[in-house]
Amino acid sequence: MSIIEPFRLLLFLVGIMAFIGLNAAYLVWVERKGAARFQRRPGPTEVGYAGLLQPIADGIKLLSKQLHVPPGADGVLFRVAPLLVMIPAMIGLAVVPFSETLVARNTNVGLLMIFAFGSINVMAIMLSGWSSRNKYAIISAARIVSQDVAYEIPMLLVVITMLMVTGTMNLNEIVQQQAGWFWHWNLFRLDVNPLMPLTFFIFFVCMLAETNRAPFDMAEAESELVAGAFTEYAGMGFGVFFIAEYANIILGCAFATILFLGGWQSPFGVWSGVFWFLLKMYALVFTVIWVRWTFPRTQFYNLLNLSWKLLIPVSLFTLILTAVVMKVLKT
Amino acid sequence: MKTLLKEIGSGFHSLVTGMRITLGQFFKPQVTVHYPHESLKMAARFRGHIELVRDEQTGRAICFACKVCEKTCPSDCITVEGAKLEGAKKKSVTEFKLDFTKCSLCGSCVEACKSEAIRFSRAYNLASVNKDDYVMDLFKRLESEQPKPLQAQAEQPKEEAR
Amino acid sequence: MSALSLLSSGEREHETFILNVGPQHPATHGVLRLKLTMDGEYITRAEPVCGYIHRMHEKMGENRTWAQFLPNTGRIDYLAAMAYGHAYVAAVERAAGIVVPARAEYIRVITSELNRISSHLVWFGAFLLDLGGFTPLLYAFDDREKILDLLEALTGSRLTYCYYRFGGVCNDVDDDFIRGTREFVAGMRPRMKMYRELVTDNIILRKRLIGIGHISAEMCRKYGATGPVIRGSGVAYDVRKNEPYSVYRDFDFDVPVFPEGDCMARYLVRMEEMVQSLRIVEQALDKLPGGPALTAGVPRVLKPAVGDYCFAVEAARGRFLVRIVSDGKEIPYRVRLRTPSFSNLSLFEEASQGMMLPDALALLGSLDLVIPDIDR
Repeated sequence: MSIIEPFRLLLFLVGIMAFIGLNAAYLVWVERKGAARFQRRPGPTEVGYAGLLQPIADGIKLLSKQLHVPPGADGVLFRVAPLLVMIPAMIGLAVVPFSETLVARNTNVGLLMIFAFGSINVMAIMLSGWSSRNKYAIISAARIVSQDVAYEIPMLLVVITMLMVTGTMNLNEIVQQQAGWFWHWNLFRLDVNPLMPLTFFIFFVCMLAETNRAPFDMAEAESELVAGAFTEYAGMGFGVFFIAEYANIILGCAFATILFLGGWQSPFGVWSGVFWFLLKMYALVFTVIWVRWTFPRTQFYNLLNLSWKLLIPVSLFTLILTAVVMKVLKT
Repeated sequence: MKTLLKEIGSGFHSLVTGMRITLGQFFKPQVTVHYPHESLKMAARFRGHIELVRDEQTGRAICFACKVCEKTCPSDCITVEGAKLEGAKKKSVTEFKLDFTKCSLCGSCVEACKSEAIRFSRAYNLASVNKDDYVMDLFKRLESEQPKPLQAQAEQPKEEAR
Repeated sequence: MSALSLLSSGEREHETFILNVGPQHPATHGVLRLKLTMDGEYITRAEPVCGYIHRMHEKMGENRTWAQFLPNTGRIDYLAAMAYGHAYVAAVERAAGIVVPARAEYIRVITSELNRISSHLVWFGAFLLDLGGFTPLLYAFDDREKILDLLEALTGSRLTYCYYRFGGVCNDVDDDFIRGTREFVAGMRPRMKMYRELVTDNIILRKRLIGIGHISAEMCRKYGATGPVIRGSGVAYDVRKNEPYSVYRDFDFDVPVFPEGDCMARYLVRMEEMVQSLRIVEQALDKLPGGPALTAGVPRVLKPAVGDYCFAVEAARGRFLVRIVSDGKEIPYRVRLRTPSFSNLSLFEEASQGMMLPDALALLGSLDLVIPDIDR
């Protein structure tokens, strides 16, 4: 480890925090404009040209509110929860390779790191609901925990399937294995897993459920439980949860891009780089937004049934199928 | 087992169809009219608040304060007073107040008036922060307007300047 | 698996808490308060508390002349204002012996059916908004805007029409309206197909509505629920067919009835009703006779004969009945409004027992309540 390594790391971490912050702010703009276009209306147009300063206006509004801790709430946990919820996104993005050289820390256990720290997210939301001492918040937090736990299992099974295919947990190596034209991407590798598109679909659905996005946002269902687990958070406390939700979406889409869509590889085999990574990631983010504004919410028990009764058996099946196909066809 | 697979298949198909429809709508033009930068033309029969009609020959209001509109109004929002001018056969209106905070735009007054002395205006930009703006003195408004030819009045959509 | 079965099996009493779905709540579509006694996720008792928008329409009926009450009819159920006006006007016409010309009757049917479509479009959008699908609301309102523009050009108002008069309608239709309505009907049929593909066939919605909120035909009869609620439980009762009024006998239309009694059945009833209303409007436009739109010679100050008269219509929400008692004066002695939402709401308490909260809210949405209709 050279002498400039800590400085390089620090620079990258600052960059990642800036990336998350900028994305969270402007993904709000993209979501509002996208939702508006799906609904054939203009979206924000007044604040700044085409509403581009709207997220800044929203941020200023949130910052100007008093950070009120409700009486009777557990003070420490209440204040710690927003901090905890930002951690998985930042650490996850620290191992994601934006291009061949643009990666904060290219460890050999990159994949594992993302999952190890991903569960902190669930704990943080549980803490926020519990410490608010509000019956709506507790109901919502309990729902989020059961939802996230249920959907982590098929996600992990899918990732294990991909691990068998790639043979390494180093994210940069996974991307380098997908070099060439677009049919080399893991999504199209039907020779090792004939149900690969299904695997990708399961991963995408699990990612939607993990980040509590519609159609799986029962926990934050505005029509029923006010704002769910975050009811008691005012101003920037709520803002941090909001930023964390978008950061998790970015992380999930980045992860899907690396595992299935070839990361920073170009579809033509040449001129690969960070541009392709960002393009693919934002295409997936657009799909996440598209799905949100198209479908109604699933009912809570349907959500859990979908995971336990459908996704887990199917992902187990694809795991076994991949194992069998790889063993039989590769020998 | 077969029904389960069928359900999954048709379910997935319905999700994809839904997404295709919303994507189609994504590329269609906006429906919104960007008020106040653009505005719409009101229909000819649009019910704005009432206004007095000017008699072309005499240049004064047609209304002669018979008070039928005041009696017909279900919400008691009209106040009319009149007086006979020098050498005139009928009374002339001297005061005509409409309390628009109570008006329900039912049209009873316009229909009850036999001489067509009141009609609906097409004013819709009526937002104000002052409640007094809604107690409209229609007689004063008529007096302060320049007399316009009857033809032009009927064609233009009236945008009441406030 | 309901909370009731756990309680009745003699186990330890579960602790219940009261959840107030207050008068201000996005899901109750108006100022309705629901006091829910919850056992964890399940409702053990739902007590609706209404009266937050009681504006004493019936009392106002006793203090205004017959014609002065007309604007009130548009405010009782603001989404189906035409039908409510129709009931009152026809009751007074029955009392005073006024004959309505055929053209006016056809115009009344056309405007009532257009109003029914616009009311169902609002229900559709708001119901899906409760379920979390935000986009179909905007599509429905786009279609509704076309109806509102047509009716605005005809009557002058967009929502609270005061259009029917004793003896007909106050403005006659012109060619622009007829042309515009035909264009609307032609454009609406592909949109209904789009709604079916986007929403009705959607698996998430189907899982959310099928089997939820079962209301039996008995329960409907017990509480007097009418309209799409009872037609979604298998009983073919529609005032336009069972007690035909105006010129509904001249039209060929079906009354959709679905036997399942769950939220999906009520949803399908309303979607089909919109299609049938389009049929009625088309036939009425084809058969529109000439003649006056308002009977001449109706006295400005009406004094109907002494007696007790009533008239029922099929409004968008169910059977709306107006009963007037006249004592020969120019002011009614009594105006009684029997509104459908009041009866439809009263079965919520029994129907929602043992349901989970989101399902109960889906049931509430499928009943299509308009709160001023409950409180009058």
